[in-house]
Amino acid sequence: MRFLPLIWKNAWRRPFRTTFTLLVIFVSFLLFGVLMTIRTAFTLGVELAGQDRLVIIHKVSLIQPLPVSYKDRLTVVPGVEDVTHNSWFGGVYQDPSNFFAQIAVEPEPFLGIYTEYRLPADQMKAWLADRQGAIVGRDLAERFNWSIGDRVPIQGTIWRPRSGTGNTWEFNIVGIYDGEPGVDRSQLFFRYDYLDENRTFGQGLVGWYIVRIADPSRSAELAAAFDGMFANSSAETKTTTEKGFVESFAKQIGDIGAIMVAILVLVLFNMLLVVTDVMSYSVTERTSELAVYKAVGFTNVGVLAMVLVESVSIVVLGGGLGLLVAWLFVQGGDPTGGMLPAWVLPQRDVLLGVVLMAMLGILAGSLPAMAAMRLRITDALRRN
Amino acid sequence: MKQIIAVTLLNLRTIPQRLASSAVAIVGIAGVVVVLVAVLSIAEGFQAVLQGTGTPDRAIVMRGGADSEMTSGLGGPDVDVIRQAPGIARDGQMTMASGELYVIIDMPKRTSDTPFNVPLRGVGPEATAVRQEFRIVEGRMFEFGTNEIVVGRGAAVLYAGLDVGTELRSGQDTWRVVGVFETDGSVAEGEIWCDARTLQSVYRRGNSYQTVLARLTSPASFDEFRDWLTTNPQLDVQVRRETEYYAAQSRTLTTLVRIIGFGIAALMSLGAIFGAILTMYTAVASRAREIATLRALGFNAPAVIVSVLTESMALAAIGGALGGLAAYAAFNGYQTSTINFQTFSQVAFAFRITGRLLVLGLVAALVMGFFGGLLPAIRAARLPIVAALREL
Repeated sequence: MRFLPLIWKNAWRRPFRTTFTLLVIFVSFLLFGVLMTIRTAFTLGVELAGQDRLVIIHKVSLIQPLPVSYKDRLTVVPGVEDVTHNSWFGGVYQDPSNFFAQIAVEPEPFLGIYTEYRLPADQMKAWLADRQGAIVGRDLAERFNWSIGDRVPIQGTIWRPRSGTGNTWEFNIVGIYDGEPGVDRSQLFFRYDYLDENRTFGQGLVGWYIVRIADPSRSAELAAAFDGMFANSSAETKTTTEKGFVESFAKQIGDIGAIMVAILVLVLFNMLLVVTDVMSYSVTERTSELAVYKAVGFTNVGVLAMVLVESVSIVVLGGGLGLLVAWLFVQGGDPTGGMLPAWVLPQRDVLLGVVLMAMLGILAGSLPAMAAMRLRITDALRRN
Repeated sequence: MKQIIAVTLLNLRTIPQRLASSAVAIVGIAGVVVVLVAVLSIAEGFQAVLQGTGTPDRAIVMRGGADSEMTSGLGGPDVDVIRQAPGIARDGQMTMASGELYVIIDMPKRTSDTPFNVPLRGVGPEATAVRQEFRIVEGRMFEFGTNEIVVGRGAAVLYAGLDVGTELRSGQDTWRVVGVFETDGSVAEGEIWCDARTLQSVYRRGNSYQTVLARLTSPASFDEFRDWLTTNPQLDVQVRRETEYYAAQSRTLTTLVRIIGFGIAALMSLGAIFGAILTMYTAVASRAREIATLRALGFNAPAVIVSVLTESMALAAIGGALGGLAAYAAFNGYQTSTINFQTFSQVAFAFRITGRLLVLGLVAALVMGFFGGLLPAIRAARLPIVAALREL
């Protein structure tokens, strides 16, 4: 401990060089934080998917609808706690570039299953009382400056209303739901009965089912049971866990995660080269000083440790600041303005970053540190 | 001038003596160029497919309010009306207007077991006459009235179970793959085609279609064709040129990829510039005595500055060229696909590293080299001669 001031002095022997080394490390870990956030955003928040939820879609593809009558048959299966269905609306608000998801749901079972969406009780009551009512996520409400009581017209691209003008469907905002960071707060949910009674075709059909089961360890068995129930019917099904469903959908975008990790490996490798180079240069530069340390009684291990501590603390200092700035940047919200709702830097990745800092610091310092340790006093002192 | 050249050459000739530290700068800059070029080649490839689709003399008819083929819907009788519109090319008995269905079918990739939303297009006999670029490159065209399918060249590469001669099971349906087709690299090469009437019954669509693709007598007939349809009280449709329809679809994704690509590359460049500063600083520090000697001999400050900058930019140019070549070797033509959120289906495309991107990479490298060399260069020129001569 008492050598820390010495190490600190050594680290700053060339302030210009140390400053830029710190900057290289800073930028590398800033990138680490941002790339990990992008990676998480493109997995569509799979970490948040419920383990006890199964998703049932049409076997041929997600766009094929399922009959609403499946709900009653699913509800009575032992082990099933709750069943509900969702339907994709695919409408356009003002301009196609204002994309956000609108989903027709059954309010009570929906919020009973998706407990991560939090809606105040009075707003829930208002929703149940208003057939045209819709609830929106906090982020979506802020994006379009909506508040409770607003009437929002949305152009249906698939469904057209029986009454009214053209393709326009009108919704009353009756509630604004919230959730922990990472919960998708960019969606609009409205009542399925409103959709079904007013569309010109497609009555009695739903998009997909969500089933909450009592025991997540039985999910494979129940999934097989559901698909068996509807086998050889006109609408065969495919059941997966919600996690599997989200994961496989995220894969459809492409392997963004792999691309981000590849870039990151490149960035950190570069950083390692820079720091190793700087550390070896700085050890060579003070060969005679190190020899003096040894001459006055520092052990080999002591010299090794001193160089290692220097390199690790430089990496941790620069990297820590980088990660902090990345975290602050991520708190500022999704820079694409709503295209990436799961815009968070997960704790797990912060931890990984800290571990990487320690590892890279040791790695970068180890060669120069070994050289310093092997130094023979007489040779070193004679060198100059 | 002579001074500048002399010092610069001296610097460049001594690079091999500082190999390790020079290599760090080169690798750092090459890394940035690889990422910049590779990420932008994704946007380039995707855009090339969508902008290369369609010809100006073709028009696509969808239901009013629909934002893509996927959400559109047209009844059989509507399609019959649309086929009577003026301006459509005719060839003997055949009207060059094709009523089509556009759905998706879940299919695993050759590289992944999870399902992908592969577009399945139901077409009539006119479809291949309307699209003159269509040609079968393996096997044969499907027979109408059967469950046979033909697959685009891109789809055949990407998805499992699409080899000619194999049978494909999807739900209760069985499809037989009989051929592979090409359409000059357009979107259709990522699709699977079958008979529209077969698809109507399999997907329970009754006598309905989603779009009509028409070839017009000339690009100029478009206005006449569109006005007749949009003012027809029997119909509620919108008409777009095929080229515009597909070009609009590429916008969201290419913008997103470019924002992310440029953002990451900008941050990485910053890191590489700092790395280059360190390298050049080391180079200057290790030669402090030489530089001071030169100055004492009467070489002026600009000569020293230019020599350091040239060295740094030469290293950057090597890095930029290496990075561009590495990206080209590793990624050019790499076939992949992504989801197009407008149609909710996969678009097959290949990474495309164009000359423009390689030049961009090299320019970025030179800019990094310039800024990386600037500070150390000024430092070198300002070195107090006496102190430097005494150093080390």
